[in-house]
Amino acid sequence: MSDFSAPDVQWGALSPIVVVLGAAVVAVLVEAFVPARLRRTVQLVLALAATAGAILAVALLWGGVKDDGGTKVLGGSVLVDGPTLVLQGTIALLALLSILIIADRTATGEDAFAPSAASVPGSDYEQLSRRLGLRQTEVYPLVLFATGGMLIFPAAGDLLTLFVALEVLSLPLYLLTGMARRRRLLSQEASMKYFLLGAFASALFLFGIVLVYGYCGSLSYAEIASAVQTPSDLDALLLVGSVLILAGLLFKVGAVPFHTWTPDVYQGAPTPITGFMAACTKVAAFGALLRVVYTVFPDLQWDLQVLMWVVAIATMVVGTGIALVQTDMKRILAYSSIAHAGFILTGIVSLDQAGITAVLFYLLVYGAATVGSFGIVWLVREKSADEILGEATHLSQWAGLGRRHPVLALAFAFFLLSFAGIPLTAGFAGKFGVFSAAVAGGDWPLALIGVLASSAAAFFYVRIIVLMFFTGPSGERDVLVGDGGGASTAAYVPPVPVVIGSDGTVAEMEPVGQVAVVTRPDEALAVLEGAEVAHGVTTTVVRSEGPALIAITVCVAITAILGVAPSGIVSAISHVAHFLP
Amino acid sequence: MHTLTAFAAALHTVPAAAIGPAGDTDLSGAGVYALAPALIVVPLLSAAVLLLLGRRTDRWGHWLGVLASGASFVAAAAVFLAMLGRPSDQRVIDVNLGDWINAGAFDLHAGIRVDPLSMTFVLLVTFVGTLIHVYSVAYMEHDTDRRRFFAYLNLFVAAMLTLVLANSYLLLFFGWEGVGLASYLLIGFWNHNTPYAVAAKKAFVANRVGDVGLVIALGLMFSHFGSVSFATVLNAHPSEGVATAIGLMLLLAACGKSAQFPLQSWLGDAMAGPTPVSALIHAATMVTAGVYLIVRSAPIFNAAPDAQLVVVVVGAITLLFGAIVGCAKDDIKKALAASTMSQIGYMILAAGLGPIGYVFAIFHLVTHGFFKAGMFLGAGSVMHGMDDQVDMRNFGGLGRYMKITYFTFMAGWLAILGIPPFSGYFSKDKIIEAAFVPQNGEDWRAWVFGGVALIGAGITAFYMSRLFFMTFEGQKRWSKKRDGGDQHPHEAPRLMTWPMIVLAFGSVFAGMILASGSRFVDWLEPVTGHTEGDPVLPTWVLIALTLAAVVVGLVLAWRRYAISTVPVVPPVGTLLTRAARVDLYQDSVNNGLLVEPGKHLTRSLVYADRAGVDGTVVGISRLPVGIGEVTRKIQTGFVRSYAASMLVGLVVLVVVVLAVQS
Repeated sequence: MSDFSAPDVQWGALSPIVVVLGAAVVAVLVEAFVPARLRRTVQLVLALAATAGAILAVALLWGGVKDDGGTKVLGGSVLVDGPTLVLQGTIALLALLSILIIADRTATGEDAFAPSAASVPGSDYEQLSRRLGLRQTEVYPLVLFATGGMLIFPAAGDLLTLFVALEVLSLPLYLLTGMARRRRLLSQEASMKYFLLGAFASALFLFGIVLVYGYCGSLSYAEIASAVQTPSDLDALLLVGSVLILAGLLFKVGAVPFHTWTPDVYQGAPTPITGFMAACTKVAAFGALLRVVYTVFPDLQWDLQVLMWVVAIATMVVGTGIALVQTDMKRILAYSSIAHAGFILTGIVSLDQAGITAVLFYLLVYGAATVGSFGIVWLVREKSADEILGEATHLSQWAGLGRRHPVLALAFAFFLLSFAGIPLTAGFAGKFGVFSAAVAGGDWPLALIGVLASSAAAFFYVRIIVLMFFTGPSGERDVLVGDGGGASTAAYVPPVPVVIGSDGTVAEMEPVGQVAVVTRPDEALAVLEGAEVAHGVTTTVVRSEGPALIAITVCVAITAILGVAPSGIVSAISHVAHFLP
Repeated sequence: MHTLTAFAAALHTVPAAAIGPAGDTDLSGAGVYALAPALIVVPLLSAAVLLLLGRRTDRWGHWLGVLASGASFVAAAAVFLAMLGRPSDQRVIDVNLGDWINAGAFDLHAGIRVDPLSMTFVLLVTFVGTLIHVYSVAYMEHDTDRRRFFAYLNLFVAAMLTLVLANSYLLLFFGWEGVGLASYLLIGFWNHNTPYAVAAKKAFVANRVGDVGLVIALGLMFSHFGSVSFATVLNAHPSEGVATAIGLMLLLAACGKSAQFPLQSWLGDAMAGPTPVSALIHAATMVTAGVYLIVRSAPIFNAAPDAQLVVVVVGAITLLFGAIVGCAKDDIKKALAASTMSQIGYMILAAGLGPIGYVFAIFHLVTHGFFKAGMFLGAGSVMHGMDDQVDMRNFGGLGRYMKITYFTFMAGWLAILGIPPFSGYFSKDKIIEAAFVPQNGEDWRAWVFGGVALIGAGITAFYMSRLFFMTFEGQKRWSKKRDGGDQHPHEAPRLMTWPMIVLAFGSVFAGMILASGSRFVDWLEPVTGHTEGDPVLPTWVLIALTLAAVVVGLVLAWRRYAISTVPVVPPVGTLLTRAARVDLYQDSVNNGLLVEPGKHLTRSLVYADRAGVDGTVVGISRLPVGIGEVTRKIQTGFVRSYAASMLVGLVVLVVVVLAVQS
């Protein structure tokens, strides 16, 4: 009987993961033992401290990894090298910002989550829980678990760890998706879809692991990579297995044809969670994909190249194309995130050293703008006569926002410009990086398609900006005010909140007894046809407790700084952008 | 932005900056040269204050403008005195303001060159500028935007000083554009009046044409010499071909800025600006920048005889052109503008003659700056007293009512005629003498250009006397005021008359003082070089001929406009008169040759853009939208179809991978 020897674990190198997962476990205990009154405060402090601690841990590890190239921990199951640290730092930072938005509440104390997610929407039970002022604080441990999984995902050194990390990050997200306070049915439907499709993808992924294990007899990246080098007559097994593994990862990044869940889930999930999911999941999944493509299957390059090409092109084209015909803000951002997945893939396909740096930088840039923009979507609400309702996500409801809330609208416009890749925003530097990496890797047609897709994508980003700043909510030029006597006089009407009716007309809400009818809706409002907004509902920016504004400000700052002077961060990343073999 | 940085650098670093004369270690008076950047910075700051603080400065803003301009003059005078203390071969001082542009092979330091040539301009600009600032305080008193006017004037002074003090062509170009901007803003100062706004735009566009020349010249310099600093370019000894190309491009720039043929059409319309602007910018200083450019680039032109010939031809054409147009204009300001064009033609002609003429071009520029500014201010005074009338046919006999204006204007008039000992005599006569010197041993040039200059002097005497007599002598032909009342011409307030008096002293004595003992020649000679030559006729004959031509012109004008009755309604006139009234059809020519074809070109380009470019873009944009419309149908909302699409996609990918592999 062999002796059991305790594994030698380098806890220090694992500290970012340990801090977050440890905090998640503590958070579960907090749910059990801390009185309800204090629970939210404690959970919030714990979550912020955990993510900040992870950032700190990454910073402490940075110097060592820069010098020695990184360490293999747990017998090679977790690889702590430069890209791991960059990705973990990015994920922790974005998670921290997301938690600020998740924690934000309206002045009346409403957050984004149903008080009791298990109750049937509209039921007596739900009314009761609302009256009792129940609050959902399990969100924080769930977010921390998901974050912990994301921190492991790009660091995994064997396929099993990769799979476990995938599940750890996915399961909490399925739950979080179904917890929206508003539009519960949509939210629960999204949760269900996400779970079913996620399970489907996980199964494919697991099947791929099995096939690759059958070929190599190992799950470790390093051993698979060396086994791939020796040819055998079982190549088909290896190829199908690797395609299935890539499919599982491509599902997570939302690449075509595995993207179908993205718009429905992004739309249905509580908006702060959408921001968290869109930013952090994508960073983690691209990190894992990057490592797999660069270190596990580099010798399959000639075989898998065609797959990556097809997927990258399809992702860019479909993401951009469908985004052009959307009218819901969250769905537009969802398809935009699909298109961005395509752009990032061009940087991965290159298999070029510059590609690693470019992708890592792009992920940071994209994540900051995504968290910020969903944070703003979260603040722009519908409002009935006396009550704040859910997010105003229809495009028409954003018309003229720039006139009433110029600062917030400017911030949103800035994020959109970054998405579009306009110079002096971080998005430009990011796109420039991945496209030039693609060209350096000899994939110039891919870069060309990327640039064309970007220019088409710029259209729908700029359309939103036009809508916010240059389209009046009341069509000020054309408003005719008819008084009760029937004698109509043309008069200047100060901007008042209006809604766009389902028939495309604009109706002014405020003055009772006077109806303003726009006979000739503005040409720019043509996109608004089909609006399904109930009469009596206006758009407003909710007055919140403030943490979301802090997060948005930080995101603007990151986007601006990385846009004007990206070289510092880029060179810092490029110094450590080497995978452990 | 770069230049702002340079100015900021000037503010902070100048006391410590490397200030040293070129090729000389004697630092006597070096401290004074540190004032040179302040010459530019002070009016610039004043303009910034006036523009940024806006209406809050309305009450005292104009005095701040006067003060800034005056401070610049005092500093300039201090620098000038320090410079006089140096031996004449050590009067070129470069003040480095730090690295400006450093990109690849292009490394340029922003810097200031203080030498006799630039100081001549600096003194003229700040002195005349300050006088006109003072004049404007009264002239613009009833304008609600007087503060903005002074801000623009200060901006102009700063830009003009940048132009003349720059030690590289690029910084010069910056000042060049700055004066263009100030000129545009000031011509269109009353832009609520559409024709005035149009005039401003016309000036701007015509100047752009010339500016392209300067930009191309900059490019040529960089490609051939690797630098655009004076230190490199002016000591480069280029081949004749390169020098000719650069020279012609510089001439194009000069034509735009100095209203020379064929880019002269904007100057007459530029009289839309307030009269002090006409005096300062469109007579005394800015329009002479072209002359400065050519004289500053003397080494390039010296190496390019063909370019020099073109310069002389342009000058000769313009001086006749302006003179002929001046004879037919009834608008006092437009007549003066035509005269300005003609006088600058003299300067350009002199500059084209090479070392024999450079000094006299600048000399005439200085005396012209005095007497023409004086006459413009006089015209402003007349307008002030005559309810803003400008038609000389409605003047007459005003000398009796406006004594100070009358006498100061008379000083300017005698000066421009070149009657000894008024200042114009000393400068213009020298140019005519220089034009009569054979160039390259070719006598025909001496006869042609000398002859043109001589005839021009005669015509000048005619039209300037016509202007003077129609305004101040003869019978009253006054029309009613705009409000229907009778005209009551009166002398202007003191703030307006004093600058006129000072300028009149300049008109009378400046030439005499500067010419005696060849002071001015000695002063400029180290920079521009100077040679003497023998005219084809003896000097005394030339002087006699010139004076004879002037007297003939004067007497003709006297008979026709002083002792006989001037019709209030302009007679039909000869064919030449009618042509001159419309500026010798220059607008029609421009319209037919450039504007109309340009319109057709833009129309066809717009059409091509709509049909071709836009059509392509719109067509292409249908593609992604179409893709979106088709693929969105897959997005049914049913999770089963999502899973199916994933599976189909996966199978396709697997098949593709396997197919490629085998």
